[in-house]
Amino acid sequence: MSETSIGWAGLAASLVLVAIAVAVSGWQRLRLSRSILWACARAAAQLALVGVALRLVLDPGAPVAWAFVWVAVMVVFSGATIRNRAREVPGIFGLGTAAMLTVVVVSLAVILGFGMFPVEGRTIVPLAGMMIGNSMTASVLVGRRIVGELSDKRLEVEARLALGQPWPEAARPYVRSALRTALVPQVESTKAVGLVFLPGAMTGLVLAGTNAADAVTIQLAIMYLILGSVATSITVVGLGLTRRLFTADHRLRVLARPVR
Amino acid sequence: MLTFEGVSVTTDDGAELLRSVDVVVRHGAITVLAGPSGAGKSTLLRLGNRLMVPTSGRVRFHDVDVADLDPRELRRRVGMVFQRPVVFPGTVRDNLLVADPTATEDRLSEVLVSCSLGPAVLDRVADQLSGGEAQRACIARTLLTGPEVVLMDEPTSSLDPSSRRSVEHLARGLADDGLGVLWVTHDLVQAHRLGDELVVLVEGRNADDDETAAYLAGEDDEEAG
Repeated sequence: MSETSIGWAGLAASLVLVAIAVAVSGWQRLRLSRSILWACARAAAQLALVGVALRLVLDPGAPVAWAFVWVAVMVVFSGATIRNRAREVPGIFGLGTAAMLTVVVVSLAVILGFGMFPVEGRTIVPLAGMMIGNSMTASVLVGRRIVGELSDKRLEVEARLALGQPWPEAARPYVRSALRTALVPQVESTKAVGLVFLPGAMTGLVLAGTNAADAVTIQLAIMYLILGSVATSITVVGLGLTRRLFTADHRLRVLARPVR
Repeated sequence: MLTFEGVSVTTDDGAELLRSVDVVVRHGAITVLAGPSGAGKSTLLRLGNRLMVPTSGRVRFHDVDVADLDPRELRRRVGMVFQRPVVFPGTVRDNLLVADPTATEDRLSEVLVSCSLGPAVLDRVADQLSGGEAQRACIARTLLTGPEVVLMDEPTSSLDPSSRRSVEHLARGLADDGLGVLWVTHDLVQAHRLGDELVVLVEGRNADDDETAAYLAGEDDEEAG
């Protein structure tokens, strides 16, 4: 067993905490025992499958092209996930996929272009995954929020249009509010890093034996990239979605009420 | 000046909101559009400044199909006042400047005075005005775009009697100044009091003579007040 491997025994030990969660559920009659066990089993099955596939991509001898194929699949899956989480948002699959593609292209161009990390499957896949994972959540939030704001404030928006404002101007206060809402959690998380929590990448590096100074540098670079990715993705979704919600002759389309 | 010619509106799910409706709004007159709730009055009004478009038929402004006009320009010449006062965040000044960002203090004061509001309200937070004050501020905001026609969608339905009279007086003043006013109401007393011309809609179409007579006699108007 290597220094960074916990082995089967270590994995089994982590189930003690699952047992505690199940015990609490039973004791307090939360009726969550089945869900907890199902979630654990499902996570194990999914990660086992991903692990097998990842071995093909991350193998040092594997062509780098496999890593890019993996990232392309992640982009499409993230678009589908965004759609599933924001079904009331029209055209969100296309917008979400376009946003994730933009995020991946921009962030990998910076990471690989400036030589921050070597061009290898073991760097491309996890880094792209982190960018997509964080941007996906923000994209769902901004999409739902824009539809919610424009639906709730429809009268205000139409009053602005009725004064002769073009749609980008009439929508601006509400879109700006939605963009802020989607970006603030990432900004707050960036501000709190190190004080309140140690992020996953840094924790992983420390556990893997990387010295603290290197772990901090890498984590900082990743945090900055994530912040930029989230800002990029919500801009793509925000502007693209707002354009879709208005007609060419400056009318607000009929919107589905968001499910709260 | 503003004419609705055989306009129909059918929603995507097949509901007919309007069926071949004709209405003419003239300079210097208040045209009252009356009818029971759900008759299509507000829908017709929204066609007037292209917040909606008809499925068939035409809306003309100065004999030009509004579909051929820039909607932003049309909306500044055909203003709209909503049923409930819709104020934007900020002060009354902020609200007025949305309509005309280049308006001078004198112009803002002038338009407020024309709506029976003093310049002192300029710095008041708009959503802290009373209902009547807020509706008059909204009318002032609409007037800042220099409209030739004002579409008013039951603008007094949420106001007390005193504010209601004040807004009616304001509409009369606009008509006397040569503007065309299309005023939607289901209040028969108000329709008689205010209208130079009366158009009754029933079930999304122009009422015939018998239906108009029945409506005016109060038979179909459950909510007249």
